[in-house]
Formats: sequence, structure tokens, C-alpha cells
Amino acid sequence: MNRVVESRLRRRHRRERTFRGLCVASVLVAALFLLVILGSLFRQGASAFTQTRISLPVPAMLPAGDLPDSGAMDYDAAVLDALAALLAIDPDRAERRELRQLVSIDAAFVLRDYVESSPGRVVSDASVRVPASAKVDMAIKGEFDRTAASDRRPLSDLQIDWIDRLVELGAIERTFNTALFTNGDSREPELAGIRAALMGSVLMLLITLAVAFPIGVAAAVYLEEFAPRRAWIRLLELSINNLAAVPSIVFGLLGLVVLIDWLGMPRSAPLVGGLVLALLTLPVIVISSRSAIRAVPTSIREASLGLGASRMQVVSHHVLPQAMPAIVTGTIIGLSRAFGETAPLLMIGMVAFIVDVPSGVTDPATALPVQIYLWADSPERAFAERTSAAILVLLGFLLSMNLLAAAIRRKVEK
Amino acid sequence: MDLTSILLLLAGLAVGAFLFGRSRAQALGGGVGAARNLHSLPDYYGYFAALCAVLPPLMVLTLWAAFEERVVLALLANGLPDHLQALSPGQLDLFLNSVRNAASAASVPADPVLAAATDEYLSLGRSSRWLLSGLAVVLGAGGVAAAWRSIHPAFRARNRVETAIRWFLIAASGVAVLTTVGILLAVSFEALRFFRDVSLSEFLFGTTWSPQAAIRDDQIGSAGRFGMLPLLSGTLLIAVIAMAVAIPVGILSAMYTAEYASTRVRALARPVLEILAGIPTVVYGFFAVLMVAPWIRTIGESLGLNVAAESALAAGLVMGFMIVPLVSSLSDEAIRAVPASIREGAEALGATRSEIALDIVLPAAMPGIVGGILLAVSRAIGETMIVVMAAGLAANLSFNPLESVTTVTVQITTLLVGDQEFDSARTLAAFALGLVLFIITMLLNVVGLGYVRRYRERYE
Amino acid sequence: MRTPSKANDVAADAGGGPEFPVGDPSAPDPCIQIRDLNAWYGDIHALCDVGFEIGHGEVLALIGPSGCGKTTLLRCLNRLNDAVEDARVTGEVTLDGQNIYSGSVDPVALRARVGMVFQKPNPFPKSIYDNVAYGARIHGLASDRAELDEIVHTSLERVGLLKEVRARLDEPGTDLSGGQQQRLCIARTIAVDPEVILMDEPCSALDPIATAKIEDLIDELSAEYVIVIVTHSMQQAARVSNRVAYMNQGQLVEVGETDRIFTNPLHKLTEDYITGRIG
Repeated sequence: MNRVVESRLRRRHRRERTFRGLCVASVLVAALFLLVILGSLFRQGASAFTQTRISLPVPAMLPAGDLPDSGAMDYDAAVLDALAALLAIDPDRAERRELRQLVSIDAAFVLRDYVESSPGRVVSDASVRVPASAKVDMAIKGEFDRTAASDRRPLSDLQIDWIDRLVELGAIERTFNTALFTNGDSREPELAGIRAALMGSVLMLLITLAVAFPIGVAAAVYLEEFAPRRAWIRLLELSINNLAAVPSIVFGLLGLVVLIDWLGMPRSAPLVGGLVLALLTLPVIVISSRSAIRAVPTSIREASLGLGASRMQVVSHHVLPQAMPAIVTGTIIGLSRAFGETAPLLMIGMVAFIVDVPSGVTDPATALPVQIYLWADSPERAFAERTSAAILVLLGFLLSMNLLAAAIRRKVEK
Repeated sequence: MDLTSILLLLAGLAVGAFLFGRSRAQALGGGVGAARNLHSLPDYYGYFAALCAVLPPLMVLTLWAAFEERVVLALLANGLPDHLQALSPGQLDLFLNSVRNAASAASVPADPVLAAATDEYLSLGRSSRWLLSGLAVVLGAGGVAAAWRSIHPAFRARNRVETAIRWFLIAASGVAVLTTVGILLAVSFEALRFFRDVSLSEFLFGTTWSPQAAIRDDQIGSAGRFGMLPLLSGTLLIAVIAMAVAIPVGILSAMYTAEYASTRVRALARPVLEILAGIPTVVYGFFAVLMVAPWIRTIGESLGLNVAAESALAAGLVMGFMIVPLVSSLSDEAIRAVPASIREGAEALGATRSEIALDIVLPAAMPGIVGGILLAVSRAIGETMIVVMAAGLAANLSFNPLESVTTVTVQITTLLVGDQEFDSARTLAAFALGLVLFIITMLLNVVGLGYVRRYRERYE
Repeated sequence: MRTPSKANDVAADAGGGPEFPVGDPSAPDPCIQIRDLNAWYGDIHALCDVGFEIGHGEVLALIGPSGCGKTTLLRCLNRLNDAVEDARVTGEVTLDGQNIYSGSVDPVALRARVGMVFQKPNPFPKSIYDNVAYGARIHGLASDRAELDEIVHTSLERVGLLKEVRARLDEPGTDLSGGQQQRLCIARTIAVDPEVILMDEPCSALDPIATAKIEDLIDELSAEYVIVIVTHSMQQAARVSNRVAYMNQGQLVEVGETDRIFTNPLHKLTEDYITGRIG
């Protein structure tokens, strides 16, 4: 008898090892996938946090002594002159056109700002740092293949030559890319930023919080503390649990038809986006609040009821304060989900090209995830880099929200 | 007077009414120690007064906000010059839209007719707000007066306030049902308009999807083709690929965390899996286009295969990993709900860990796992951003994972993003698709949730 | 952590055996020999220098107050503590002369020789047939379906369950009554044909009639298997066992013939326990 058992042991243990290996492997595969995503985002996005700038000597651009009225100056030409002087070339018209492609269209505005901020005084050894164009930025960051045939790369031989010369002269610098955080969207990659999108996201999140939190908690209180166990309550629970799993795009359809078409609310507005996201987040808040309320010991309720408090007083004085940290944790997690939502916002027209930072909840706006979607669609290499950077910012926000939730939970558990 | 000021006014009214109600109650109860002579604490009389003052204006305000725009536009349309009134409804809508745009642009439009209409629109809006403010004040004052009359020592203020709160709680929990009904009504309403143009049978069983043909009404053969089978097959193909990743990886990783991992390893492995669930889908979409699709293409071409740039495989693979945590956490929960005593019984018989896991635990946890899988399929079918970014637009009726296919959600997005008119079949088709999507996912969710609940009840 | 010593309860030295008399620790024809057995759960010292023998043909009852280490000792005999995350066992347990804690012994094979029945009936969520057949299946004890049928029928017959369930072998084992479930678990254990059956308070969740049936069954099975039974009930220990080991606070206090322990205990602690003064 025992020989039978022994004879099968090797095979059984081999099966055991195989199965265990598969289990470990599947966890590792998932972890690896996560690592590859984050790794590739970092590899690609890190460079977008710096921006190549060319520093141009002021005397080469501006006449010495008193400056002419700033409105009368041709700053565009001044920038090109300075570049030509720096490179010690005398460009013809075609070359000037190529030269213009080296600097961002923003360069002239930078120069104007400099002149307007220092009226009448030009320091002879000062220089102004103007942003380089996205093509130059990519070349400096080593993001393009110099050996490719000249018609298959964005910069001509002449331009590459100039860039090399500028590098030799020490006129090229890479500084922190402030535009990424202070600008709205732009057609020019080197000027495109996430500020407008981020502001849109924040406005929407505030509306979502203001709508979904009170309603969600109230619904949870009713279901846990007051609702009779009847058939329609089961229906209510089912519809909440179902809503938590309905595709988010369907909520977008609801917003489009009811809020925009029927009620005439403005398209692309954070108000509509926030309301749609509130409906999306509501089930999450209800479900987590219910389990938080359920976790409050019954003895507390009975003790207060025994002292003559009404049901409502028991809830507001004892149950809710006890459950609140867990409710807040669940709400933050729900909000972080809403923060990353994209699809429903596409339905309500938040995919517009938004340059200005929205100042109110009815201004046209977009959201950070939608901005990522729009940039991901752009063919330029420079936008791919910024997409990754914007994703890193988005993930940073989500991470801090989740850490906050975890911190609250840990504090309460202690 | 704008909405914010009206809300501020109401807030002030609420505070005033609260103080007034409380002091009235205290006076009636006889100053210090009033509470003994009153039915409820003085605060409750204050809350009661505040509710009386604020609720009626708030209701009017809500109705106003919902219908103001429509009423104003209707009034404006009635007052327009005759040649504008003669326009077709569509053109009139266009004109009214340009009025609204001009109004929000702040600069005066060049066209005198438009400028006059814009002026009229703005003044109508102003009078509407004044009317609203006046109404709010009158109603609020009326509420306070009503509260004044009802407050006396035996008045059960606490009960009244608690009843009001209770109604608020009930209304709040009704929002979920209202949302469900709202989705069904709104989407069906638009979908029904679509089915006036396109027959249900063509939509459900047609094999050609080419709505682009209907961009312009005056085109010959502008009908467009709205057969959704290629979309369903594409959705199914991508969902199958996703589940082929998510089911094995999800269940096996749950087996690891629930059956093998020590407490410490588990505390590390679960969050790693949960992070995957927290990454926004737009990030997965970007990753799929930028990394996975080119990899698959390179690998496929080195094997001599013809791989489309936007292959179903790339979208499906990435979606699969997105769904892993959902399958994994529901499976983990189901596996851990199997009582330890049953495991020990098998262990004492001489079963190995894997035999316990596969022969004993897996069958016992099956309802929960199946529920999780159904919810995951629903998520795969409804997922939008990954497919919008990584799957194609070509409606191929194909089951080849290396080809480009399109999905229901991709088409909804394509049809609705950008300018849209609510009366073209092209736009309305999106709602018909949305209705199909909602019904399919709801069925999956309800059955899946039923399974999940069943195992919870079994071991509780 | 040492247990506080009592007047007649001298702690054992690390090297030698217990210095105070534990009665008759040795058996004439030993099947299981336990030497210097110590067990810890984390920092808790659950078993402390336990040493005695269990002979062939014996039914040994382990008695003692709650938390005294009876169940821990039982679970050391089939190495079921191996899977507990922070459990640690030192010492020696031999089965027919072979140390089961030596590296060459596979716990999987060991458990085919040492079966176990638990406090609460724990049938698998499978059919009655599959419950009984499971052990035989994994160990490959039947070469075809007929042999497996034979094993299942014999095992059910021996626990007296066959005539009650013959018509519904396909129904879930969890549908049976508590007493039937426990007999099913015993059938499941003997289907593997072990040498030793460990029973951890097998009747504590059952009513008196079901308890009587199980006790009769233990009587019958004792002809063929060595049985070690943990029990809280003095009467049950007296009825079913021929030897008794009394444990207290992780230590073996006294072991000996059942009659002798109950009529003439060596220790005051034992006497207090069996007369119901403590425990």
C-alpha cells in the first residue's frame, strides 16, 4: 500500500512545483507589465521636463542706448539677426527661413517681455534665453536620427550644422520646462502645457465632490440605518452595484442627452463634466460608505438608543463620526478614479483645443486625461514626449490621492 | 444678479431664519432653561425655520435652472423678425446658437440683426434672473412667516426636521435608480429616433458598417450602412483576447496571494496588482499604441506574418492586463472565503498545496470567480480609451487577431466627437450602439453580481 | 516562555527527561514515540518537553484544560503544523521507528499513514462519493473505477453510513446532518487505510445520539487502527480509551492506563482535573 503512495510522490511534487511556479509567474508577469509601463513612461517623459533654450546676446538684437517704443520694434527680425550674428553668417532669404525654424515663435514675445521689463536700459553683456523650436529641442535631446536621409528627417544639413555650432558656442542650454506647467494647450509642442487641462480637472473634481459626497453618504446612511428590507431596496442595491460596473462611456451619453441636449447646459463645461463624473463616482462612494457604516459596532447604536436618542441623533452623533475616516478614504479613491476618466468627457465635448485656463465652471475646458489623449494623437515626436510627461503628472496626482487615503486609513487603524 | 449671488442670498436667509427660529423658541420657553418647557431642543426650532425659509426657493431655483434657457430661447424666437421666423427649425437653431455664442463672446457682433437678437437675449436673461431673485425672496419670507406661526412650545420641531432629513436620505438613495432609469430613457429616446430611419433588423443583423456615407444629406446614396455585426465581432474578438490574458493571470495570481504567499509577501503583492487597477485607461491606450503595437508588428513581421498597425492583439493584450486586478481581487476574495477547515481536511488526507487549491478550493470558490469573470467581461466590452487609441476604425468582420477591427465603443466615440446634429442618422446611431452596450453590460453585471453574492451568503 | 512551576509540577531539564514521574510513558509495542517535543507559535511556547509512547492497538485519549496543548500535540503527529506560518517544532516523533521530522519523510506520504478527523465536520463541497474517494484518488490507491467504488463502499459501510446514503452518493456531502458529516469524514480518512487516526474532539459539535454512534465506531476501528483522540469529556475518555495522557499548560503531567488514571492518579493536578475541580 505505502509503495503505491511513494511511487506517485515524485510526479505529484513535480505537479506541485509546476503549479506553484505558474502562480508565482503570473504575479511576476503582472508586476513586470507594471514596471514596463512605468519604465517606458519615465524613459520617455523625463526629458519633457526640460526645454532647450538658446541664449542670445542682447547687443546683437537691440540698438545701443535708448530703445525705440516697444510697439514699433520688429522683435521677430531682431531674434533672427541675433542668431545670425551669433553664428557669424549673413543669411539670404531662404536661409533666414531655415534660421527661423530653429527658434520657437515664442522667442519674439520673450524678447518683447525683456524689453518692456527693462525700459530704456540695455546691459551690454546681458543675454536673453529664448526657447528653441521643438525640432531643435528633439535634436539636442538626441531624439532623432542624424544619419537618416535628409528628406526623412525634420532638420536640414544646414540647420544641423548651425545647431552644432551653437552647441560649441555654449549658447544652448537645457532648463526646467516651466511652460509645461504654466501654459495651456498649443499647436507648438515647445509651448504646450497642461495648466488649462489641470485646472479643468480640478474644477470638475470639486463639482464631483460637492455633488457625489453628500448624496452618496446620505444614500449609504439610508440603506444601512433606515431602509426596510424589502424588495425595492434590493432593487436599489442592485442598481447601485450595477451602476458601479456600467461602462463610463454610457454616463457620457447620459450627460450629452440630458444635461446638454435637454437642459441646454453648455458643451465642454466643467459643470457638465463634474456632474457626469459625480454620477459615475456615486456608486463607489455609496458602496464604500455602506461598508464603513456597517463596520461601526451595533453596541454603540444600542447604547445611544438606550439613552433616549432618536435614530437620526444616533446616526449623526455616533455612527457617522465613527465611520467618517473610512468614508473619506473611499471617497478619495472614488475621486481618483474620476480624475483619470476620459471616455465620458469625450461625449460631452471636452475634447476642444483649449489654450486659456478656465476661470469658472461654465467656461470651455478640458481635463488632464483628455489632454493626454489629444497629445497622444499628435504625430510630432515632441508631443509624444510631452504626453508621457503629462501622464507622469497625472499618475503623480493619483498617487498622492491614494497615499492620502492610505494615510487616513492607517491613522484610524492605530 | 447671477446664480452665485442668489445662492449666497439663500444661505444668508437660512442662517437668519435659524437664529430667528431658535430665539423665538427660547422666548416662548421662557429664556434660560427653555429646553425644559419645549418639546425639542431650541436648535431644532432654528433648523425648522431655516428649512421653511430655504426649501421652497431652492425648489423654484432648481426648476428655473433646468428650464430657463429653453424658455428664454423660445421667447427670443417668438420676438424675432418675420424673415427669421420663417426659417426651418434646423436653421433657426443655428441662428439661436450663434446668438448664444455672441452673447458669451462679449463683443458686439457685426450683423445688426444678430446684434439686436443678442441684446434681446441678454436682457431676457437679466429679467429672468431678477424675476427669480424676487421670487426667491418672497418665497423665503413666506417660509419664515409660516415657521413663525407654527412655532409654539409643544411643536415637535425635532420630528419635523428629522422627517425632512429622512426624505433627503430617501431621495439620495433614489438617485442611483434615477440614473439607471435616466440612462435607459435618454439613450432609448435617441435610439428610437434612429430606428425610424434604419430598421432594427438591419441594425442587428447587417454585416456592413459604413456610417461615413451619410455625412452630407444631399449626397446620392447618403443612407449609410448601419449593420452592427462587424462591431460586435470586433468587440468580441478584443474581449476574448483580453480575457485570455486576464483569466489565467488573474486567477493564478489570486491563487498565489491567497494560498501560497506569506502574510508579508501578500501585503506586497496585492498592492502591486491594485496599482494596475488604478492606472487610468488613457495611459493604457497610450502604452498600447506607442509600445505594444509596434512590438507585435516587429515580432509578427520577423515571423513573416502580416500585422496591421492597429491590431486587435495589441489592444486586447493591454486591456487584458488592465482587467487582471479585477479578476484577481474578486478571485482572491472568493478563495479566501473558503473555510480553512476544509483546506485542513484535505491537507490531513495528504493532499499537496496544488491539489488542495485545484481540487478543493477552486470548485468551492467557483461562483465568486465566475462572478468576477462576468464583471471583467462587462468591463472589457465597455472599455473605451484603449480601443479608441489602439484599435482601428475599419469595421472588418474578422476574427484574425492580427487584423485591425473596430468596437462598439470606438464607433460611439467616433460618431459623437466633433460637431454633431441631433437629427442625423449618423449621430443617432451612436445612441443605438450605446443602448446595446448598456443592455449587454447590465445583463453581465446583474448575473455576475448574483454569483458574487451567492458565494458571500454561502459562507457567511 | 516557561510555565510557572507548581508545587508538584517540576519543570523538566533541557537534557534529560522529566524529573517528576509522569506515570507510564512507555508502551510495550510502541507505534509512535514522542521525545523532547517542543512547539512554539511565534513567542508562545505551546508544547514543552513532551515525551511518551503510544502502542499498537491502543486508543489514547489526550485530556486537559483548554489551551493546554492537546490539539498542538495532535497536529505534531501528522506535521499539520508545518503549514502554520509562525509555528516551530523541535524534538522527535517516530512512527514505527522512523523520525517523521527527519528530512527523508515526506509529509504528504506521512499523512497517508496518519489520518485525522477534526472537531467540526469538514466535508469537502463535493458529492458524498467524491468526499470518500478523494484521498484514494490523490494517492493512486485504486487502479480503476471498480476498485475505487469498492473502496468507497467499504469505507462508508465501516462507518455505518452506506445504508443511509447508498441512494444519494451524488449529492453534496454538505447536505448530510452533523453526525453523518462526521462519519463521512471518518470514512474519508479510513479510505486511505492509514495506520493511525488522530481525532480532535470529534464529537464536540454533535448531539448525544450522534456522539454515541461515533464512540461505537471508535471502538470498532480500534481493532485495526491506532487512535489518538483529544477530548474534553472525562466520560468519553473513560469509555473509549485504554490509555490516557493528561496535559496542562503545554506539559505532559501524567500518562497511564485509563483505569489507573481515573482511580488512582499520581498527581494532585490530574485528580483535580478529572474530578472536575479545575478545567
